[in-house]
Amino acid sequence: MAQMVTPRGADSVEMPLTASNEIASDGEWSRLMAAAQAGDRAAYERLLRDILPFIRAIVGRQHRTHDRVEDAVQDVLLTLHRVRHTYDPSRPFAHWLATLARRRSIDLLRRKSRMAAFEIADEAAYETFADPGANSEQERREWGGALSGAMAALPARQRQAIELTKLREMPLAEASRASGMSIGALKVNVHRAIKAMRKRLTGE
Amino acid sequence: MREATELIIERLVADARPVRRLRPPTLRAALWLLAIAAVAAVAVLLFADLDVAGRRLHDPKLLAEMIATLLTGVAAVVAAFHLSLPDRSPAWALLPLPFLAAWIASSGYSCYRHWISFGPDGWQLGESAHCLRFILAISLPLGISLLLLLRRAAPLAPVRVAAIAGLGIAAIAAFVLQFFHPFDVTFMDLAVHLGAVAIVVAAASLVERAAQRRPAAG
Repeated sequence: MAQMVTPRGADSVEMPLTASNEIASDGEWSRLMAAAQAGDRAAYERLLRDILPFIRAIVGRQHRTHDRVEDAVQDVLLTLHRVRHTYDPSRPFAHWLATLARRRSIDLLRRKSRMAAFEIADEAAYETFADPGANSEQERREWGGALSGAMAALPARQRQAIELTKLREMPLAEASRASGMSIGALKVNVHRAIKAMRKRLTGE
Repeated sequence: MREATELIIERLVADARPVRRLRPPTLRAALWLLAIAAVAAVAVLLFADLDVAGRRLHDPKLLAEMIATLLTGVAAVVAAFHLSLPDRSPAWALLPLPFLAAWIASSGYSCYRHWISFGPDGWQLGESAHCLRFILAISLPLGISLLLLLRRAAPLAPVRVAAIAGLGIAAIAAFVLQFFHPFDVTFMDLAVHLGAVAIVVAAASLVERAAQRRPAAG
């Protein structure tokens, strides 16, 4: 395959490249890296910017989303910086970089999947909004069953008091007329009903 | 995200102090082996019973075993130095295996022979426990110095490097042991040797793995 760089004395590494210009630039990269090892900042900067597409192409094989790819690219750059003294300028730079990039990229993939194994995706959590009114749909789904259960368990007078004053939002006088209970009795029943339901729902 | 990558590049460029390039791995391995050989030679000359050792070297079987042991150690150390670099083939890990096989085969044969001629007496632990302690005690300083050198390369697959280095260390320790070992190898000796090698390899791997879990300084 003419499109592959076969590095000397190593396992053959597929280069995800439009080959010919990469082979040409390998010598240039190698020269820049040697200069960077000697402390030449301008050469180092040019090299790092030059190799970005190459690194993106390699890590793009393991990581699909844009964020993940950039995460991996950054990891590769940091690693390159940490081990830059291990590069031997008499050897091909693209091979050195490609091995390093693939290795870090796979490590990152493993770390991510390890994290994913310990995390639980709570899809409903995304549907909780800062404005309480916006949560009605969510809450109805979660609490509806429990609430109607708690209400059904109330004594008839307490349940009626809650229904009229809280659910239908009647004024006390109107509720009193509708139920035949005095306003004082309504208040006491609402209070007891809420206390009983809270006890049932929270287990207090 | 790309902006973050830009920031990282700027930070790295600002931090681009000159670095000292590592010397070629084979040279680094040779230097370490020479230093160890010098120390071991002094220890053997001072403490070993050279008459007994000299007589034992005339036994071709034993000589073959010692050569295989030494080659296993040398090959594993050279392989470890190569593996510690990012761009060397993982196939370097295979380099010591033929010598390891020869070592196991040669010591295996003499033990088997011994076991056959002396019966169940070949199965006693006594002196073997001494050998186990010897290998572990020698391996510790060897291992620390070697792992420190290997870490200079900040290997990307540190556990594999440490495992191969551990094999090299244990083989070298077993080789040196031969000079302090005035009796034929029994089957139990072989088991203990292999056990010691396994312990050293596992310890080296664990140390390296623990070091890897710590966030890297700098």
